[in-house]
Amino acid sequence: MNLFEIVDEIEKVDPEIYDRLNPRRAAIKNITSFGSKVAFAAMPFALGTMFKKAYGQTSTAGVIDVLNFALTLEYLEAGFYDKGMKTAGLVPAAGQAYVGKITQDESVHVTFLQGVIKSLGGTPVTAPTVDFTGGNNKGNGPFPTVFSDYKIFLAVAQVFEDTGVRAYKGQAPALLGNQVVLTAALSIHAVEARHASAVRKLRYDLGYDLNTRPWIRSTTTLGNDTGVAVANGNYAGEENVTQGGVNLMTALGASASVATASFDEPLTKDQVLALLVGSFIVS
Amino acid sequence: MKPEINQSLGEANMARRSFLRYAGASAATVAVMGVAASCKKDRGVTVDGTIDIGSGDIGILNYAYALEQLEAAFYLQVIATPYSGISSIETSYLTDIRDHEVLHRDFFKAALGTSAIIGLTTDFSSINFSDRTSVLSAAKLLEDTGVTAYDGAGYLIKDAGYLTIAGKIVSVEARHAALISNLLVAGSFAASDQVDANGLNKAASIKDVLAGANGFLKTKVSASKF
Repeated sequence: MNLFEIVDEIEKVDPEIYDRLNPRRAAIKNITSFGSKVAFAAMPFALGTMFKKAYGQTSTAGVIDVLNFALTLEYLEAGFYDKGMKTAGLVPAAGQAYVGKITQDESVHVTFLQGVIKSLGGTPVTAPTVDFTGGNNKGNGPFPTVFSDYKIFLAVAQVFEDTGVRAYKGQAPALLGNQVVLTAALSIHAVEARHASAVRKLRYDLGYDLNTRPWIRSTTTLGNDTGVAVANGNYAGEENVTQGGVNLMTALGASASVATASFDEPLTKDQVLALLVGSFIVS
Repeated sequence: MKPEINQSLGEANMARRSFLRYAGASAATVAVMGVAASCKKDRGVTVDGTIDIGSGDIGILNYAYALEQLEAAFYLQVIATPYSGISSIETSYLTDIRDHEVLHRDFFKAALGTSAIIGLTTDFSSINFSDRTSVLSAAKLLEDTGVTAYDGAGYLIKDAGYLTIAGKIVSVEARHAALISNLLVAGSFAASDQVDANGLNKAASIKDVLAGANGFLKTKVSASKF
């Protein structure tokens, strides 16, 4: 473990790390002076104390769990797009700018999360075995043509992105007050939402789903706006129209479509894993 | 407002920022001194015309409320006076976004109750509402700012329920931002102006966001407690 690497990694998401750790930033930047005061064996402990002071109460183990969960989802997405891009004839030229950019983002999310987990002294989980047909390694799930039919590929992409947004959102409370990790998680979350918006627009533009919009327009009884019934679970809860005790329809006069599209709903870790394990992630 | 007054405002803010960064005085002291400095330097600008968001979670919610007011007012104007050549799908998109932002605004007002800041007066004189590029560029600025604002302020929220609500809204803002970006330049939904090399969306501090937002506001908003 190298203090510089850790601090450098954190500095990427928190430019004020040095000030946070110690107002006299020169003292922290000077590894020699730091090292001379703390015995080498006590370094991990000293670091832990330093980060705890700097970033509040959240336990490192809890944070690493969240990050490893996020990493698992990123492996799934990165693997999906990577395979899609490498499948000859699947993504047409017009889609390359979209799908290529998303592929690149998911790939750097994997690298970034692995780096942060290591920086915090954790061990990144390994990539899961996947079956993108949703068939739990049998290759015969609900989407057997996912890599031969662009329409199906984009439909699965949309469900993955929307689910990813919900998964990150569900983890936010576990990172409450943690400037570095929460800010990073929210920032990845926003990028997943950008992807979801782009995939939805692409599906509209191609005429695959003329009812779709870049946001999720649910009814009061069905969260799923994709028309793909097998994905109902991925959108369960999006039909919620009450926020912070305010009923957006009765109190504020919003339509169901507007009320549901204006707020994306979270999913818990267990909900997300139940949706993916045994289908896309091989159990 | 005359340009020279703007300039002195900028200097005053800059001086206050530098002071904050290097002097290490308590926030309360700085706020008092900041106001005193403004009174002295910003002749002609009434200090009591500025709205402060307050402190704690209420402050953050008011910050969000201020930004949603700005966005709602913008899209209300966009739909009231559509730019020339607007397509039917663009009208559909922008009407949806207007409705979302109006609902976000009304939600924060309802949730904040008596703690809510007043309704803000906007200044969109820099935008040509009849021109597609001018409108969509302003929309992009507002949406991107909204995303960086929520991402950057999330860690300041102390209540898990409020954090979740902020999370529910920021992803919708990001959906808007990506769409607007794609309308301007196809495929630019996560371009490097907003998303860094690690695939992270940018995040911004309250002060930086307000400095930008105030450019579209007649009623200026401050965040002296943050």
